[in-house]
Amino acid sequence: MSSQSTASAASSSPSVPPAGRQDGRTSRRSLGRRLLARPEVGALIAAIGVYLFFFAVAPSFREPSALATVLYQASVMGIMALPVALLMIGGEFDLSAGVAVTSSALTAAILSFQLSVNVWTGVFVALIVSLAVGAFNGWLLIRTGLPSFLVTLGSFLILQGANLAVTKIFTGNVASDSIADMDGFDQAKKVFASEFTIGDVSFKITIVYWLVFALVATWLLLRTKFGNWIFAVGGSKESARAVGVPVSFTKIALFMGVGACAWFVGMHLLFSFNTVQSGEGVGNEFLYIIAAVIGGCLLTGGYGSAIGSVIGAFIFGMVSQGIVYANWNPDWFKAFLGVMLLVAALVNLWVRRQATRR
Amino acid sequence: MTTNETSPNGTPAQQSSPVDAAPIVELRGTGKSYGNVRALHGVDLTVRSGQVTCVLGDNGAGKSTLIKIISGLHQHTEGEVLVDGSPVRFGTPREALDAGIATVYQDLATVPLMPVWRNFFLGSEMTKGPWPVRRLDIERMKRTADTELRNMGIVLDDLDQPIGTLSGGQRQSVAIARAVYFGARVLILDEPTAALGVKQSGVVLKYIAAARDKGLGVIFITHNPHHAYMVGDHFSVLRLGTLELSAARSEVTLEELTNHMAGGAELAALKHELAQVRGVDVEELPEAEDLQAPVASSPEGKTA
Repeated sequence: MSSQSTASAASSSPSVPPAGRQDGRTSRRSLGRRLLARPEVGALIAAIGVYLFFFAVAPSFREPSALATVLYQASVMGIMALPVALLMIGGEFDLSAGVAVTSSALTAAILSFQLSVNVWTGVFVALIVSLAVGAFNGWLLIRTGLPSFLVTLGSFLILQGANLAVTKIFTGNVASDSIADMDGFDQAKKVFASEFTIGDVSFKITIVYWLVFALVATWLLLRTKFGNWIFAVGGSKESARAVGVPVSFTKIALFMGVGACAWFVGMHLLFSFNTVQSGEGVGNEFLYIIAAVIGGCLLTGGYGSAIGSVIGAFIFGMVSQGIVYANWNPDWFKAFLGVMLLVAALVNLWVRRQATRR
Repeated sequence: MTTNETSPNGTPAQQSSPVDAAPIVELRGTGKSYGNVRALHGVDLTVRSGQVTCVLGDNGAGKSTLIKIISGLHQHTEGEVLVDGSPVRFGTPREALDAGIATVYQDLATVPLMPVWRNFFLGSEMTKGPWPVRRLDIERMKRTADTELRNMGIVLDDLDQPIGTLSGGQRQSVAIARAVYFGARVLILDEPTAALGVKQSGVVLKYIAAARDKGLGVIFITHNPHHAYMVGDHFSVLRLGTLELSAARSEVTLEELTNHMAGGAELAALKHELAQVRGVDVEELPEAEDLQAPVASSPEGKTA
């Protein structure tokens, strides 16, 4: 495009320095430093530390079945932590993510049961509802310009109340009716809540979904246009808009991504337990955010990784199960998690300082 | 794209590039009101290929409003904006970009935490592959960014470093190179030298000259008349939202420009009052009449 070089241009345009010359101010960072610059490195170090710790103190933690349990625990949380991490990189929070899982499961359960239709109808409608909740969060954020913390706090309370009230209207109870004997249930259970065995250890299918989703999210984030936009809207919304990035589209799509994953986890819970408690999910939104932060996402946006949230969720799984395997009082779990969060945040801070130092 | 028959030869000192070329962007009596506040009123401005149009003005003079109208962030409420002779009204920065008008903002030119090459292509990424697996063509983007930056005389050793680790001048230069590469015909620079040291300002001025010589029309917003006079072909001074001076390089000297910029006309009017005050040296202030010379700018200028 701008390749035409007139003779006059050559006279006054800056001289082109020879390729490969360095001007000495930006010396190349060492390999170690560049590795440290990856957002998830701090979390990886922490994960290895936590694993070795429980490996040492809890003999039953060393068994393969324990690993399956830890991975299952991590996967249910990790599938949600992925879109939450992407959303955080995009500069926003979603406090409604925890109850949105329950809303989705309740929608599918109540709709299928009340209308006596094939459960797949309920599953499909639940997907629409979840995507709509995400789109609503994003749309309200864009339209009002309010911080996402406030907008999603509102939708969190709305969903929490609606979950309970609507369930009571239809069932007279705080839980949905069991849909275990309905058409399509077994088929749906195979998709969302089956198990498979390696050797003599049985693993839940969610572990596979979790890792596949993580790969897709990583690819999306680092290798596509959309991923570029996520970093840009989180790093500097105004700059992104000024160079032509569709900021509103990107943010709404990220919220809808959270909705889609909430639907998936909701379906898993529904087809695992046949019924849904309407009060579930409250507080989980913070666990997702914690996993993303442990995984190296910046609270202010613009920095982080999808793989980091996988490691964050894995640490969460290890701590929550490790305490049980070590025969400690599980009441201490949240205290451990709090310490982990602070340590992870400090490690990330330190790592980033090391990485950007030249 | 940017056919350039009217490139000024060499340094702007022997300027007077032909004025007969059709303007790319033209403002006719353009103005903007925010509610009942009139931020800009009756501004005429022409941008031609291969020319640097400097817009000077003190803080609050309406410079930002002017560029926001041309770059599509705001819409004008009076007058017209013409691109290639036909009136336009940009709804988003994207539309302005598509018309070949790129803006380099002083503070929001880049996303600090993102690597240089990602910043270079942000919003106009190169991709490869069919839709479901359409992905960034990272190799090509890095190579192109490196080549384009070198063409502008910018050498960076590591395109993967976050752009926030570059100096202010380097960041501005990358943003200018980006605009030039993406086929901008008009480049708007919002006070690119305001936050920079002397040497870095020189670097940025060099790239402004390079962009002009590539045939771009440049709108250079600044409040430093010295910087403006080094590269400018035409000077417009804004004050209180209206055009106080509009003069070609041949019609105005650096001294006159500086006086206009420094609120010279107002100070001259105050000369006799200031002379009464001890400790204020008014010897060097020009007389009010001296400042009327250059161009009969719109006399309605000072209606505030």
